[in-house]
Amino acid sequence: MSGAAPLTFEGEGASRIAWRRRFDVLFQVVALLVMVVALICLGTLLWDVISDGSGRLSWQFITGFSSRRASQAGIWHALTGSLFVIIVTAVLAVPVGVAAAIYLEEYGGRSVVARIIELNITNLAAVPSIIYGLLGLGLFVRMMGMGRSVLAGAATLALLVLPVVILSTREALRAVPRSLREGSYALGATQWQTIWHQVLPVAAPGIMTGLILALSRAIGETAPLITIGAVTFATFAPDSVWSPFTVLPIQIFNWVSRPQTDFHANAAAGILVLVALLLSMNAAAIWLRDRYQKRGLA
Amino acid sequence: MSATTRSIPSLGDLTASRQASVETDGPCKIEADRLNFFYGETRALQDISIKIKPHLVTAFIGPSGCGKSTFLRTLNRMNDIIPGTRAEGKVLIDGSDIYSSGVDVVQLRRRVGMVFQKSNPFPKSVFENIAYGLRINGMAGSKSELAARVEESLKQAALWDEVKDRLHDSALATSGGQQQRLCIARALAVRPDILLMDEPASALDPIATQRIEELVYDLKKKYTIVIVTHNMQQAARVSDYTAFFWLGRLVEYDRTDRIFTAPTQKLTEDYVTGRFG
Repeated sequence: MSGAAPLTFEGEGASRIAWRRRFDVLFQVVALLVMVVALICLGTLLWDVISDGSGRLSWQFITGFSSRRASQAGIWHALTGSLFVIIVTAVLAVPVGVAAAIYLEEYGGRSVVARIIELNITNLAAVPSIIYGLLGLGLFVRMMGMGRSVLAGAATLALLVLPVVILSTREALRAVPRSLREGSYALGATQWQTIWHQVLPVAAPGIMTGLILALSRAIGETAPLITIGAVTFATFAPDSVWSPFTVLPIQIFNWVSRPQTDFHANAAAGILVLVALLLSMNAAAIWLRDRYQKRGLA
Repeated sequence: MSATTRSIPSLGDLTASRQASVETDGPCKIEADRLNFFYGETRALQDISIKIKPHLVTAFIGPSGCGKSTFLRTLNRMNDIIPGTRAEGKVLIDGSDIYSSGVDVVQLRRRVGMVFQKSNPFPKSVFENIAYGLRINGMAGSKSELAARVEESLKQAALWDEVKDRLHDSALATSGGQQQRLCIARALAVRPDILLMDEPASALDPIATQRIEELVYDLKKKYTIVIVTHNMQQAARVSDYTAFFWLGRLVEYDRTDRIFTAPTQKLTEDYVTGRFG
């Protein structure tokens, strides 16, 4: 026979290839099933919350304050509190965290001190948040006399997310190829010039992804803020970093623990507001990241 | 054909490395004096002594892992950024030791430019790639001066005509050969006197390679060029002097024509005739 014969295998080889194919398909099916289960759980949860809470969602609910009557209670104080706290948290945690990561990754080298710090940061990322709450209560509220203020809450949350910020920033810096740094050094750039002009722009999208995750974690935290004494009943919005405050998760927790079912609907509506806030924060961060990425390549 | 000629010579065959007398007289741009280099405990370079002449092209050849790239990278202290490395001995550029304390590595690297094996343009525009070195070194006072220097550098690297209409497009959108010439232009922009090239054409097709080689030939009028290559024909084509490295040692260093036609070391002869490596 002339011409190209089709590539075939016979005997044991053929059956082994057939088995490998079947395994491939099997794996795809299992992966799909796992994903469907996860999506169903999430969908059910969301549906439940929407059906409970959407009736309560109104402008009055969003702009209202705490009230003894469920139908008049709103979440303006908690929403502004959450926003205020998260912005201050970001202001405190982002510069410190990114700077610490730059030091550890670019300057720290392999010194013993750098390695001890690194080990400790990895451990800190796994410490339960209530411990940070206790630390915040002792350090910020009492010792430093900040009181039960926005600043104390934000400082506590900043400590909480700092390890996450540092670790994710380091990962992003490490992903920048050495050839890029070498290209910069070879032109007579200093280490800082290389980091600022070449490494950080390339690492920025990765750093931002880490920041989104870290701040998303902070905005959902309840335990440490309860520990440092955030209020649960407020008829005012925080107007300075020294104001008492509450945040959405605490307000939701408070409503859920009430016996009256009307408040449970408020809690569901509060969850919807929190989810919307989280999603819009993430969307804003992703938009920023994409814009940065495009500019970096232009 | 006897089988014995194909065997890889042992280190015992290597007597003291021989250097032609011709290279010891006349001006000398770079001089290494018993340079040793270590990656951790591993000695990658052993007692390298060499004198490299100005305004000529010197090629480093040798099999993979022979230390030729490592030696090249000691000449602008690029190895400093790899943790756990150290150099012993001296490297003199224009008579002063670049490894003595008090030497500003940043100044050194501005004077000793480098082009890498894999082209590494910055993820910025063509213009910004060239302007970066000028900006960080404070070498362009005004915008027009900056633009003029960028144009001059791109012309020197024979790239201007190809990119003049897309200076503000991403450098990553240009072809592989153009990217490597962009890296050469980038290195030239800060006006070094020495240009180190680490296998600059190894990832390029023959036409792009030829353009790089022509460029090297043109550039030696203004710069002292040291080029590492694993391609012996390339070394023979572009260089005036050739140094053959083997197992971290400098085996032979002489005029390129003599290295390829009348080497004195058997090891060199075996390598350049393709018996090993």
